[in-house]
Amino acid sequence: MPEDPILAVRGLRKQFGAHVAVDDLSFDLHRGRSLAVVGESGSGKTTVARMIVGLERPAAGTIVACGRDRSRPARGGAERKRRGREVQIVFQDPYASLDPRQSGAVLVDEVLRVHHDHDAATRRRITGELADLVGLDQRQINALPRDLSGGQRQRLAIARALATDPRVLILDESVAALDVSIQAQVLNVLADIRDERGISYILISHDLAVVRQLTDDAVVMRKGAVVEHGPTGRLLDDPQHPYTRMLRASVPGPGWKPARTLRPAAPPSS
Amino acid sequence: MSVLTLDIVTRRRRRSGLGVLGWTSLAVVAVAVLLAIVGPVLRPFDPNLADLSFANVGAYGSHVLGFDGQGRDLLSRLMAGARTTLTGAAFVALVAIVAGSLIAVVTAWFGGVVDAFAAAVLDVLFAFPGILLAVVAAAILGPGLLSAGLALAVAYIPYVTRVLRGAALKERAMTYVAALEVQGFSAWRLCLRHLLPNISALIIAQGTIMFGFAMVDLAAISFLGLGVQSPQADWGVMISDGKSGLLQGYPLESLSAAVCIVAVVSAVTFLGERLEARAKESRR
Repeated sequence: MPEDPILAVRGLRKQFGAHVAVDDLSFDLHRGRSLAVVGESGSGKTTVARMIVGLERPAAGTIVACGRDRSRPARGGAERKRRGREVQIVFQDPYASLDPRQSGAVLVDEVLRVHHDHDAATRRRITGELADLVGLDQRQINALPRDLSGGQRQRLAIARALATDPRVLILDESVAALDVSIQAQVLNVLADIRDERGISYILISHDLAVVRQLTDDAVVMRKGAVVEHGPTGRLLDDPQHPYTRMLRASVPGPGWKPARTLRPAAPPSS
Repeated sequence: MSVLTLDIVTRRRRRSGLGVLGWTSLAVVAVAVLLAIVGPVLRPFDPNLADLSFANVGAYGSHVLGFDGQGRDLLSRLMAGARTTLTGAAFVALVAIVAGSLIAVVTAWFGGVVDAFAAAVLDVLFAFPGILLAVVAAAILGPGLLSAGLALAVAYIPYVTRVLRGAALKERAMTYVAALEVQGFSAWRLCLRHLLPNISALIIAQGTIMFGFAMVDLAAISFLGLGVQSPQADWGVMISDGKSGLLQGYPLESLSAAVCIVAVVSAVTFLGERLEARAKESRR
């Protein structure tokens, strides 16, 4: 790749007490590309996401987004907001990730007010564009979260994340809580947004079908460490590491029998 | 199936309205608030005009409730006293919930050492009963409504904070707070515009309950002579002033003030507990 990566992670490490959650993780993410972080529950995927957006502080390693280091806490409001315009995140649970007192329109408007000096009319126009982008109609964008379905809430969470026009969007199991048909709708919305905005995705997921649909490259994590790293297609079609093969084999498909799946050597710790 | 139906029925009934007790409570509170606002103006006679020749005289002409032990019009004193009594309790409740929500939100936001330190300080404060603090405050600041009110407010802060801190911690852990942090929102904006409004129902409920407690405790402090000072009209002071009447067989002065206090406290506490139950239910 000729250009610098939009997000570069080097030697990232995090431990909670004696438990090592993430150990020596490195990857590059380029503009408009998508990277999957795959692994079972407790493999450290979510900790990676939380470190990249600054909710957890890494014990070691560097995170560089858009050419600027973000492995230390932001010094002051301007830097904090600038980081908000570089990397955004959509969380797993659409029921806890929205302020119950704010409609989508009010929420997006507040984000725009924090970040820009737009007048009210401009903010309204941008809010309308974001609602169109994620497929929420006039009534839905003005409704309180409790009056929206899980899928609609997740679209609103995506709209909120896109309101700062970030370069990187982290999807932390963002479609896992949705049922399959809604999941497909939201994935289509995400694919369209990538084509339209040239945004890069980090998709954190245990769902290999979703990973194959949306990403170019993949990192397979087990107990905090990377076991395999490569193009998503090759990784899923021809897994080299036994753990990747085990993940592949755990997906229920035609002829799938529980007894045939490999068990990991030790029960996964969470 | 029957359990499920029962659950739905009780829940619907709980949400559907106030019920007879609720409406009665609301009416009592409304009358009390109205009295506090216009009582001192509308009272038929001067509440401080004493005429010892009328001491402990019963209902007489336009003096509907008669006279107290010093020959002052009882109804006028009750009406004028409503303002002192209610504003005193409101002051205590307001100070306690403002300080309590502030501590709750700040400790929930920072967590860790700040939270542990605040919890330890509150545990120590729990050990001091309000009346004891009031005695100390009266000794330092001199007896009066302000010193008694401040002492009570300080004594209530741990109770208010304990409830609100739990709610604030729960709210702090919601992912929408994390999402807005990632957006670059300041801690200030997040606490004031998001955390606080989302626990406001519980704050109001706590304030209402503390208002009831404060009325009782302020009356007790007045009875001890450390709160509002006689001759100012106040329900707590009236209970105290009526002591000699009680012994002589003229219980009306103490009794009428006590009935007022019990009615308002019961009503306010009932409403406060309903508000709290509703706030907790909507959080689930």
